[in-house]
Amino acid sequence: MSNNLRFKTSKFIDETYRVSFKFNNKTYFGFKGDTLASALLANGIHLVGRSFKYHRPRGIMTSGSEEPNAIIQLHDNSSRTEPNVRATEVEIYEGLVASSQNCWPSVNFDIGGINNLLSPILPAGFYYKTFMWPASFWEKYEYFIRKSAGLGKSPKVVDPDIYEHNYIHCDVLVIGAGISGIMAAKMAAKNGFKTLLVDEKSYLGGSSIYDNSEFSKINNQLTSSWLEKEINEISKLENLEIKIRTSVAAYHGYNFLLARESLTDHLPINQRDNKVRHRLLKIRAKKVITATGSIERPLIFDNNDRPGILLSSAIKKYIDLYGVACGENNVLFTNNDTAYETAMSLIQRGIRINAIIDNREQVDSKICYEVEKNNIKIYKGFSVVDTYGYRRINKISIMKLSKDGQTVIGDKTKLTCDCLGLSGGWTPAVHLFTQSGGKLKFREEDQVFIPDVYPSDQISIGSCNGDFGLNEIIKNTLSSLKKFLNIDNSEYKTLEIISGLNQSKRNIWLLPSDKTIGKTKSFVDYQNDATSKDIKLALREGFRSIEHVKRYTTTGMGTDQGKLGNMHALGIISETAGTKMGEHGTTTFRPPYTPLTFGTIVGRNVGEFFDVFRRTPIHDWHVKNSAEFENVGQWKRAWYYPKENENMYQAVQRESKAARDSAGILDASTLGKIDIQGTDASEFLNRVYTNAWSKLAVGKCRYGLMLNEDGMVYDDGVTTRLGENHYIMTTTTGGAANVLGKLEDYLQTEWPELDVYLSSVTDHYATISVCGPNSKKIVSKVIPDLDYSDEKFPHMSFKNAKIGNIKCRVMRISFTGEQSYEINIQANFGKSVWEKCMDAGKDFNITPYGTETMHLLRAEKGFIIVGQDTDATLTPIDLQMDWIVSKKKYDFIGKRSLYRSDTIREDRKQLVGLLTENPEEVLEEGAQIVSDVKKSPIEMLGHVTSSYYSPNLKKSIALGVVKSGKNLLGQKLIIPMENKNINVIVADPVFFDKEGKRLNA
Amino acid sequence: MFLINCPFCGEREQSEFKAGGEAHIVRPKQPTELSDDEWAEYLFMRKNIKGVQFERWNHIHGCRKWFNMARDTSNDQIKAVYKMGEKPPVK
Repeated sequence: MSNNLRFKTSKFIDETYRVSFKFNNKTYFGFKGDTLASALLANGIHLVGRSFKYHRPRGIMTSGSEEPNAIIQLHDNSSRTEPNVRATEVEIYEGLVASSQNCWPSVNFDIGGINNLLSPILPAGFYYKTFMWPASFWEKYEYFIRKSAGLGKSPKVVDPDIYEHNYIHCDVLVIGAGISGIMAAKMAAKNGFKTLLVDEKSYLGGSSIYDNSEFSKINNQLTSSWLEKEINEISKLENLEIKIRTSVAAYHGYNFLLARESLTDHLPINQRDNKVRHRLLKIRAKKVITATGSIERPLIFDNNDRPGILLSSAIKKYIDLYGVACGENNVLFTNNDTAYETAMSLIQRGIRINAIIDNREQVDSKICYEVEKNNIKIYKGFSVVDTYGYRRINKISIMKLSKDGQTVIGDKTKLTCDCLGLSGGWTPAVHLFTQSGGKLKFREEDQVFIPDVYPSDQISIGSCNGDFGLNEIIKNTLSSLKKFLNIDNSEYKTLEIISGLNQSKRNIWLLPSDKTIGKTKSFVDYQNDATSKDIKLALREGFRSIEHVKRYTTTGMGTDQGKLGNMHALGIISETAGTKMGEHGTTTFRPPYTPLTFGTIVGRNVGEFFDVFRRTPIHDWHVKNSAEFENVGQWKRAWYYPKENENMYQAVQRESKAARDSAGILDASTLGKIDIQGTDASEFLNRVYTNAWSKLAVGKCRYGLMLNEDGMVYDDGVTTRLGENHYIMTTTTGGAANVLGKLEDYLQTEWPELDVYLSSVTDHYATISVCGPNSKKIVSKVIPDLDYSDEKFPHMSFKNAKIGNIKCRVMRISFTGEQSYEINIQANFGKSVWEKCMDAGKDFNITPYGTETMHLLRAEKGFIIVGQDTDATLTPIDLQMDWIVSKKKYDFIGKRSLYRSDTIREDRKQLVGLLTENPEEVLEEGAQIVSDVKKSPIEMLGHVTSSYYSPNLKKSIALGVVKSGKNLLGQKLIIPMENKNINVIVADPVFFDKEGKRLNA
Repeated sequence: MFLINCPFCGEREQSEFKAGGEAHIVRPKQPTELSDDEWAEYLFMRKNIKGVQFERWNHIHGCRKWFNMARDTSNDQIKAVYKMGEKPPVK
């Protein structure tokens, strides 16, 4: 390989700054300003990876984010390694390490290449068709398929980099800093709009910034020189913020966009510490100007995927921007004038062009004549029919196209080359426009989809709007912007534009071959190895919708989302099906435009901020006393407190016993608390709870059940009347926010006439519940100034009290069935009061217990837990809680639904107690309940909702919901398990102290 | 993502709001006097149309007020926002 591939004339490359990097374990050199792709090409390397399915050798195909082939694994350490990175976008830095993907043992010799030989038996849908039978074998197939699937390797340890999110509000967002984007940014900023200009590349100016052609000039200056001055001018504008290396990923409704700003990826690793790597910009723009340009189309013919085959525009960019020649013996294959610009760039540098193959019979623009003048052979009306060379293209064969372009005729001519440039015309990059909800129209004359109906205040300009000639771009950009920004002055004096290109094109989606289609491999989607043959097969098999063809063939489903080949797939479908191209529409363009890292998406929400949780004021004590925690809603609740080597079962048994034998203490601070005030507070509670509230005396507490309007149980809790017009409601821990929302909803929308005010005070109070036969003795030590007699302080009442100088509320309420006192005190005193209680309870073996013991104790009493024993399909009647439903009240939420035809059915699932025949056998929660295991199919009657071993009853107890359960009392049912059937007897759900004697003991 | 003009706070991100279903469905004043069918009509039946739809929204991470919105479901254009109890200003 010759070393003459680098032309040291590019002003974008800093030749004084040599950069070394490793690719596939070998060290190479490039210069500052190179991408990994340009540096590899300068070293004569085209082969960088293997294709997904057939493991065919693949080379660098493009020079930007549309790259399908040159996707590599970046970094070799396990924390920063990143798969599927486009070599064309990676800016090289000292110490960069990259390697090929999807090949073993090496990219040059890849065992998986056998798939290429097997390709006749690997058509589209191969996996679907082959691995269907027998179905039970899938698990075995899956192991091997998964192993061979996928491209790169994901990192295995924590990402060391920092990411963040940032909101931006601007008047005008300009996406893309090509020639039209630069003009738009200048016009907007100079007219007083606060403007943001973003571009995914590391430089401004798009492809015009290296356009040094004599055939496209502005005001008699080279386009690049004119644009450089413009960029210089806008960089001084105060109203304009410019962000490079910023790729817009998503364009949502109401001009809300997401962009990824890359801040450190171009720096050597040792300069990245403590810097933000990527920033996700959440942009809300009043107006959006999309100037995302266009992507050159490849041409579809047999073996169009060999290393050394590039887009012609990429070849031009590698020469003009990076000073790198992609080959020494070039051939260009085109259906339009673009390739002639590439030819001129090659000619200027003295790089050899063996031939230009042009689909068109007539080639008559100025630039074509100029190329011809340089003694370059142009094969007009010809097509490439095949290519040769395994790891790098070395020959092509060409044939004459028939008049209609459907067949090839005459003799086959072979030409040698080491680089083939393809130009199939241009596809406007309308991805963002369609993501925003924009509707496209199809322009017949040059077969492109262009923006038609805008869904928000936005506009597309430049080649993403289908304007391809320099003249057209500038003229249309200026006139559209004047209208869009509503300004008179365009900021531009008369612009004289010379453009030597014509827009003529001979579009043939699938070029004809001398072989039958079954014998060809014409790649439409390079990354997913989808060929024209696959698309035709899909149509033969009856797929018609473009979305179905896409999924069946996987066309457009790679990490590049088919930026190159989607249009050809559409074209081949319409040609084969005999329909019009515009009728099919396109597949849906979905965000992100280019892949985002997970880091960018999660930003700072990592580690302890990944999912924030709430701690009670007593949390630290629980931690210190080795509590295990349970997540309840957002809360961390103490679950149980294991002593020494206790497991959960042992701890819970001990805690449960202690609470009933002497005293237990529970942190109930997580219960939702809503402060309710107003002259209509009682009436309001009447309407939201099933029971009556008007007659509740001040100082008393009452349990309430809240339904949905459909009659199903929604939440429960104790509400206390603190004053004539003042209540405090408690809700379940998980339901607090929703209950408040629901109450506010009714107050604001249905009953605005009620004088009621709601405030959430959940976080304001710590709630400490002391229960058990000795609870009174303990609480009276902590709060001595209260009369604890049953007459003065009976069950279901409350007292205002003080601990030292601090006011608190003491409720005598119980969820365990034991006498208990609940101390509510301002949150910051919670921990010290808890410690006081522990101290006071020392002599009584006061035992802290967690949620698991709480659940066990209440199950002994048959108290429900909303969300565990209920699931939004149970009415209070189903729960055997008829006693709490007021018959007298005219209305409450859900009342009418309690006697709908469905809710009065006798055979609804109803809550019952379950006792196992063997009292030592504990049921599994969630287990199915049946009555007959012999009849198939077995009828499912219900399921177990709560199940424990009760240390106080010394037997297994359970709650469950069973069809017609109320009528089955005393009957035997069966719980079928994997290896046995467990017999249970339906029982009353209250297992312990049915008379409630212990509450007043 | 919508930009919603809360009638109490002004323009805010959609992420501050919660959608609350179809608007202008009034809870019957005397539910006990309704037949099962009439009650079911109130309880279950909701429109899901292509075109301008009237919806309830709640500024849940803001002023927590409920209000109404007229939104064209075919293109997500918000035609109007208006307070509870007010008549829709658009058709």
